[in-house]
Amino acid sequence: MAVTVRRPKLNWSERLYLPAIAGGMAITMRHFKNMLLGRTKVTMQYPEERWDAHMPEYYRGAPALVKDASGRERCVACQLCEFICPPRAIRITAGELPSTDRFAKVEKYPYEFDIDMLRCIYCGMCEEVCPEQAIFLRKDYAITGFTRKEMVHDKEKLLEIGGVMHGLVLKWNEKK
Amino acid sequence: MDYFLIGTSLAKIAGLLAVVLGIMNYSVYAERRISALIQDRLGPNRVGPAGLLQPIADAFKFLLKEDFTPGHVNKFYYWLAPCLAMIPAIATLAVVPFGSTLFGVPMVIADINVGVLYVFAIASLGVYGIVLAGWSSNSKYPFLGGIRSSSQMISYELSLGLAVIPIFLVAGQLRLTSIVRFQIEHGWMIAPFIGDWTNIGKWLLAVPMLVSFLVFTIAIFAETNRLPFDLPEAETELVGGYHTEYGSMKFGLFFLGEYIAMITGSAIIVTLFLGGWHLPLPSWHGGFHWAVVNGSAPGWRGIIGGIFNIACFFAKVAALLFIFIWVRWSLPRFRYDQLMRLGWVFFFEIALVNIFVVAVIVAYISK
Repeated sequence: MAVTVRRPKLNWSERLYLPAIAGGMAITMRHFKNMLLGRTKVTMQYPEERWDAHMPEYYRGAPALVKDASGRERCVACQLCEFICPPRAIRITAGELPSTDRFAKVEKYPYEFDIDMLRCIYCGMCEEVCPEQAIFLRKDYAITGFTRKEMVHDKEKLLEIGGVMHGLVLKWNEKK
Repeated sequence: MDYFLIGTSLAKIAGLLAVVLGIMNYSVYAERRISALIQDRLGPNRVGPAGLLQPIADAFKFLLKEDFTPGHVNKFYYWLAPCLAMIPAIATLAVVPFGSTLFGVPMVIADINVGVLYVFAIASLGVYGIVLAGWSSNSKYPFLGGIRSSSQMISYELSLGLAVIPIFLVAGQLRLTSIVRFQIEHGWMIAPFIGDWTNIGKWLLAVPMLVSFLVFTIAIFAETNRLPFDLPEAETELVGGYHTEYGSMKFGLFFLGEYIAMITGSAIIVTLFLGGWHLPLPSWHGGFHWAVVNGSAPGWRGIIGGIFNIACFFAKVAALLFIFIWVRWSLPRFRYDQLMRLGWVFFFEIALVNIFVVAVIVAYISK
């Protein structure tokens, strides 16, 4: 059914447009003035100002490998994270620990551990699935590089981001 | 051969061109910063201190981009159009007096007795750049932009021309330097009662002169395709209008031509209505009066006066440029039929009636 929309009848000052235009110009001038006087809150100036201080505890940034308090790489190359990773960003080449190693009973260690940061979707499933508390998502978010190769984090880089983490379960230590 | 005239003219041309091109570059910067501040943003603030080197970076960007000519365009007119958009706007500045005198040389490049007619003749050539760009691009949106711009600019040129006639009725001159001199003696055209406070006719004259000023300013907005009237570009409906098919420096010429046209338009408004380079300073030497600063005083006082007049002129132009920018970021674009109605039904009539009002006042009351 066709409905006739009744147009509001404008009085003469509304039809003159000029009061409305003056009102609009006053609004923009007010914004201009408030910006000049520094009363308006503006966007964060990114490279100089960062929001790191406001970052929540649960923030998921770059995944990283950690060492525990005794300096051992936590990863035992079980490859669960490699299997769970939805975009298949993780690639692990396992190696065998020599029998002279202090933690020889662990048997496996990651000979190579690459995470392709161009593929990573920061879902945190690797952290969730890890039985060894070895991989954690840290708060690094500015992951950049000039080449694709640079964007693949190898084991060295992952350990560097991860650093040492205290308070983990030390299940491979010698029995006291 | 008058080598002095030729030499000073060339020097004035070089000086004015340098100043105007500088203002043009920084008006782009000002546009970006002011629009940002109006919209609660910061704008370009990275290149150099407070982003002041941004215009240079922009110019380099335009110059270094590939100068691409699409295969489907009419090459000759496609190349001609950007030049035609830029040149008339610059050429118009030749008759505008941008200062009193400096070292005894009048600060106007060509002091011709048909001043304003020359301005209209050259400024209306500006539409060719846009129409040719739209037509030679061989593509639909530029074509629509070109058509819109031709009808818009021709429509508003009528009210532009009619809005100036009251000035000639009052001043009796077409020569721009004489109009400025008239304003120094009798008060600026928007306030023609200065120095003649007791004359009721002069007070009465201020009303139609103000109307004339408003109509002229709005018509200049339409002539320069600035925002409430930027139908030829209308990037939300016509992609980019007449310069859709242009890139690199050819687009840059259109872009900068628009700003030059703004500067020229402001310069004409200042000269016709706002007293040109004149700024009355209050003085108390033996009672209060308005002192006229100009370059005719001997020695260094003359030089300082001349420079002060030039600075006054460009300060007024800069103030008008700010208003251009302010309006652009406040008002939305007109619909096309509204634009035409505004031009033909309102401004044309107002300007026409205004002429008769001024004529009656000048002939019978203000004498």
